[in-house]
Amino acid sequence: MTVAVQGGAERRGRGPRRGPLSRLKQSYDRHWYAWAMVTPVVAVLGLVVLYPLGRGVYLSLTNATSLNVGRTIGMNHIRSTYSWVGLHNYEQILSGADHEFWPHVGWTLVWTVSCVALTYSLGLGLALLINRQVRGRTMYRVLLVLPWAVPTFVTMFSWRLMLSDNGVVNSLLGAVHLPTPSWLSDPLWQKVAAIGVNTWVGFPFMMVSLLGGMQAIPGELYEAAEMDGATPFQRFRYVTLPGLRPVSNTVILLSVIWTFNQFNVIDLLFGNTGSDGVQILVTYAYQLFFGQQPQDFANSAAYGVIILSMLIVFAGVYRRWLNRSEQRVAG
Amino acid sequence: MSSVADRVTVDPAAPDQSAAARTGRVRRRGERSRAASLLLHGTLALTAIVAAFPILWIGYISLGPGTDDFLHPDRIAGRASLSNYSYVLLHTDFFTWFANSVIVGAGTMFFGVLLAASAGYAVSRMRFPGHRQLMWSFLVTQMFPVSVLLVPLYNIMSQLDLLDSYQGLIIIYCSTAVPFCAFMMKGYFDTIPMEIDEAGRIDGLSPFGVFWRLIVPLARPGLAVAAFYSFLTAWGEVAYASVFMLSSDKYTLSVGIQTFVSQYNQQWNLMAAMAVLVAIPAALVFYLVQKHLVTGLTAGGTKG
Repeated sequence: MTVAVQGGAERRGRGPRRGPLSRLKQSYDRHWYAWAMVTPVVAVLGLVVLYPLGRGVYLSLTNATSLNVGRTIGMNHIRSTYSWVGLHNYEQILSGADHEFWPHVGWTLVWTVSCVALTYSLGLGLALLINRQVRGRTMYRVLLVLPWAVPTFVTMFSWRLMLSDNGVVNSLLGAVHLPTPSWLSDPLWQKVAAIGVNTWVGFPFMMVSLLGGMQAIPGELYEAAEMDGATPFQRFRYVTLPGLRPVSNTVILLSVIWTFNQFNVIDLLFGNTGSDGVQILVTYAYQLFFGQQPQDFANSAAYGVIILSMLIVFAGVYRRWLNRSEQRVAG
Repeated sequence: MSSVADRVTVDPAAPDQSAAARTGRVRRRGERSRAASLLLHGTLALTAIVAAFPILWIGYISLGPGTDDFLHPDRIAGRASLSNYSYVLLHTDFFTWFANSVIVGAGTMFFGVLLAASAGYAVSRMRFPGHRQLMWSFLVTQMFPVSVLLVPLYNIMSQLDLLDSYQGLIIIYCSTAVPFCAFMMKGYFDTIPMEIDEAGRIDGLSPFGVFWRLIVPLARPGLAVAAFYSFLTAWGEVAYASVFMLSSDKYTLSVGIQTFVSQYNQQWNLMAAMAVLVAIPAALVFYLVQKHLVTGLTAGGTKG
């Protein structure tokens, strides 16, 4: 009865061993409380995530569209008439028969990797600069965090104005005699614009996280390194980077997930003007559902299931890779 | 640049003053040369301008009174006025949408924090069977793309008659906010010493009592961050809100703002004014908590 709050007791294995009966009772007590506290969350997740996921998987195995799903119009109730098609949708998508999936996968990967790499390096660089004694540091920090602080549905409209054909970006480029591409409609420049804008949105998160990580590294380590004659680069390489590893691991994982699923930037930046090529998997699946008539429920759901599986596989591999490299460092 | 900035002259044999006299000028630890300083400030200033410019720009556009002023930004400076703001405030549904956003945000915040705190505490303190799987599923729910849940949720909500209602949207937002907040709260609870729990137990509190009377008051900063995070999630969300809120008196700000710029009308000036009005409270709230937000976030991650 005494250990409902004592999580470490089991692992540490201190104290006298009790009989099996009292251990069972004690474990029941502990788990009873824990489960009681966890139940509401599990219930909400079950209701809003698990059940819809189950239904989504089911829908992806049918040929449901907005035309054959049961609905009620006024007084008339229309019965569902869609039917089970098994793995047909997945076959169509994965075999490339719809000519949409693989190009979008390619672009999504390019998008995710370049956005995460750019935001991380930019964030790291700025965190290094701002971590020094700089006059006006607070002001810089406030300004640099702005892209994160203002909701994306506001800033994306601003970017749309700035990147339009006669917008301020092209005016500036024209003033210094650089080419002025149409950022919002040319297939190639659209992608450049998307990555650029998303980097703008994402770097403050990286900067603030890495800054927090840097400030947690004890100053003694730097002093010791200086005493040993380490150059600034060596101090960065052998003190700062290893010290940032735990933070980096987390933010990179989160950032990959968020970028992969980045809906707001692509959807709001390009709206209806975006060509099909700039849509990442998430926005493409959304358009299947919302952006066309009849709405294609089945394929949209199938895309969603595929996206989710890709992310889960990635997270699993990443976790395992992290564990292994941690063991290597520790060993 | 950093090589110049951080150079330290250490001459343990000589006292400081004579060393300084010999070499002329010696930079103390942390001091840097003029050029390095210039470069540092230059880089920071440039990035700060790039970071702030789009936001300032939309503020500037919002001052132009005519509907096509956004095409000729150079004209605005001469005829700047606040007429867009008064129009948005007086002649549109701004306050209805604002109230909707606040209701949905507050609802998400309340339920989100309540659920996340209890779950985070359980995962942080108790090693019950299934706690690893629970943490894992918190992470996995972060990965759910909008589209996998959108279709089934749409069907479910229409069956439950929750389309176009606050409750429906709040439940949905909770599903994204709660796992993340629970993740964050777990990290925060981990920083509170276990001895406090033990002391409470010895003094005769039940585990729930310990949680409610000791831990929750101590974790107030963490709770505040979770509250603001879930509020901001709801405040800025676009995809679900535009699918589930059908009638214009139920729109949240993020949906309402899009009505100014559609196929049928292009009122960028009004849109800009409203964007500024929406951004100010969100940014203020954000600045109050962003420092804690990151500590909570990374603490949860590193010890997970």
